[in-house]
Amino acid sequence: MVPISYYLGLSAALFICGIAGFLLKRNIITIFMSIELMLNAVNLSFVAFAAQLHNLAGQVFVFFVMVVAAAEAAVGLAIIIAVYRTRNTLNVDQVDLLKL
Amino acid sequence: MTPNEISYSHILPEVVLSVFGMLIMLAEPMLGERASRKPLGYLAFFGTLAAGAATLYQAQYPGFAFWHMVHVDAFSTFFHLLVIGVAAVVILSSLDYVEEETVHAGEYYGLVLLGAVGMCLMSSAVELVLIFVALEISSIATYVLTGIRRKNAAGAESALKYFLLGSFATAFFLFGVAMMYGATGSTDIPNIALTLAKGSIPGLVYVGMALMFVGLGFKIASAPFHVWTPDVYEGAPAPIVGFMSTAPKAAVFAVMLRIILQTGAPGWLYLIWGSAALSMTLGNLGALLQTNVKRMLAYSSIAQAGYILVAFTAAPQEATSAVMFYMLCYAAMNVGAFAVITFYSGKDERRVHLEDFAGLGATNPLLALTLTIFLLSLIGIPLTGGFLAKFYVFQVALKANMVWLTIIGVLNSAVAAYYYLRLVVAMYMKPAPEGAVRVAAPLPMKIALLAAAALTLYLGIVPTGVLSYTTEAAAQLLTAPAVKVVTGQ
Amino acid sequence: MPENYYIRYLPLVLHLVAALLIALPVLVLTTLIGRRKKFAQKMQAYECGITPTGDTRGRFSVKFYLVGMLFILFDVEAVFLYPWAIILKELKMFGFWEMLVYIGVVLVGFFYIVKKGAIDWGETARVSVENV
Repeated sequence: MVPISYYLGLSAALFICGIAGFLLKRNIITIFMSIELMLNAVNLSFVAFAAQLHNLAGQVFVFFVMVVAAAEAAVGLAIIIAVYRTRNTLNVDQVDLLKL
Repeated sequence: MTPNEISYSHILPEVVLSVFGMLIMLAEPMLGERASRKPLGYLAFFGTLAAGAATLYQAQYPGFAFWHMVHVDAFSTFFHLLVIGVAAVVILSSLDYVEEETVHAGEYYGLVLLGAVGMCLMSSAVELVLIFVALEISSIATYVLTGIRRKNAAGAESALKYFLLGSFATAFFLFGVAMMYGATGSTDIPNIALTLAKGSIPGLVYVGMALMFVGLGFKIASAPFHVWTPDVYEGAPAPIVGFMSTAPKAAVFAVMLRIILQTGAPGWLYLIWGSAALSMTLGNLGALLQTNVKRMLAYSSIAQAGYILVAFTAAPQEATSAVMFYMLCYAAMNVGAFAVITFYSGKDERRVHLEDFAGLGATNPLLALTLTIFLLSLIGIPLTGGFLAKFYVFQVALKANMVWLTIIGVLNSAVAAYYYLRLVVAMYMKPAPEGAVRVAAPLPMKIALLAAAALTLYLGIVPTGVLSYTTEAAAQLLTAPAVKVVTGQ
Repeated sequence: MPENYYIRYLPLVLHLVAALLIALPVLVLTTLIGRRKKFAQKMQAYECGITPTGDTRGRFSVKFYLVGMLFILFDVEAVFLYPWAIILKELKMFGFWEMLVYIGVVLVGFFYIVKKGAIDWGETARVSVENV
């Protein structure tokens, strides 16, 4: 069996990829995909822990995370459409009406 | 009541709110194109009343339900009533706003109620994944509400920022939950407490606590996770800012109290200390520079979150009680202040700058008076709830030997007086500009304002009733029976 | 970790080596020996079939987006039916009624979408997109 630390390492690496994408990318859709990547990284560790602990709960959580991620995706895409309609751009650097 | 059973009375307020939310969704397309949307608002208001009644009914049957997923106690009842009360005031104050701004009324009222479902559930959930789901119900509803003025570029932009940073934070919280699950084999708060009390604490618990703190810190807008707040509060509709700066924050603070104090997990004290000091300082310094009142109040809410975090450093029971009392005062004064802005800002929220408030004392005495009460309470002037709340927080922090944090807090309160008073001075000392509006507030708005103002003053003058309730609730929270649940295949 | 842990991946490695041994020489040989001719039809995205029309980056109606979003939501909601179906026999009638309530809630959402005209592709479609 693959040891759990491998799964956790992969999960952490994916999570960090997501964070890096969130911070470095400038296209809204890509940023949004980075967030999805982070959520899926968490799913991976949930499943890995469930397998290690012989506890089904971890697998059920993944269902909930998936549903929540889908709801978020729908709302996120709707917001992105609204932004595109008012600004005609998907570059976060140009979405700067509200400044510090 | 047996603890493990399916028991609808333990989630009755949530059920009532959901049913009303769905009713509004169904009713809205049925109304004619041109028909007034006010009946939907009244239906929503009635929904909050019904949910409040359900909460009071539910309070008679404390205990666990749904296999230790929810726990009804005085603590959860308090936060239920707070969230529902805020929702009611917000609905009353947005009846005319919704007509004027031509936002989709069905979505608006429906989402306020459905968001409140999530917030209520957060305060009674004792299971991390349920907390996550509830957090998302409330967050997703507020993302949409932020951007509900779709034609408005600033509104869409603030929704985008709130959505991106909010879901980023959610991912952190969820990763923290996964770590806790891996470290303790359970996501049940009582169960985690049992496991942690048994022996050595695995390193994963520290990682999990830190990640969860990052996620929750975003939601309460505490520094260094506060950068989204001013932009989002400036672009969002004013009544919604009143809603989302109070109700979800209250719910997240409830979650933090449950997670930190009930699990007894270590290592969060330094995080809280740093975050509290930073929030107070950055919030108040930022607010000094603002001329847009909504932005100023956004920075002020960051600072207020900092004061509340100060309370967390105290002894558990006093901390809980102080947080609850502060949160109630904060909710009353903040939702009130934003109700005033909702009404006064007018169509497209044009009047939100400091100079627009000049002479308000002469043109709109009621608005000016209530806004002054809220601002004085935000400063912490005696006879208002804000004073006692702050006093209580600093007192319990001092008792726990948090001298430096208290000094930072008191210095900050002094700085904060400047920018709040600037607004009061503008209202009473400066002449009204040409063509100032003299519109009397409609009745629902008056009721909302007076209710918030009355609560602010009540908490400042006769706080003993509420204080004894919060003390009792704190005691119940900390002695909640930890029940061993057999989970597994 | 058992000693022969990586041994189990040996077939995979052998497969990889075999694939490389066969594919690499072929690739190298064709580039070295083969003749190259360029002409317009060969440079097209598809050498056979329908000639492409228009730009792939062209915009298309937001309706597609909307349908995609709605599909995600209703698709994912069905995920809860699977665990429910497995233990339905244990839950008996209670499970049945619970799922009926769940489906009812989903149907409220569906009713709302239909009433709002989100999946209306007919004459009124252009007006309703503005409203969604």
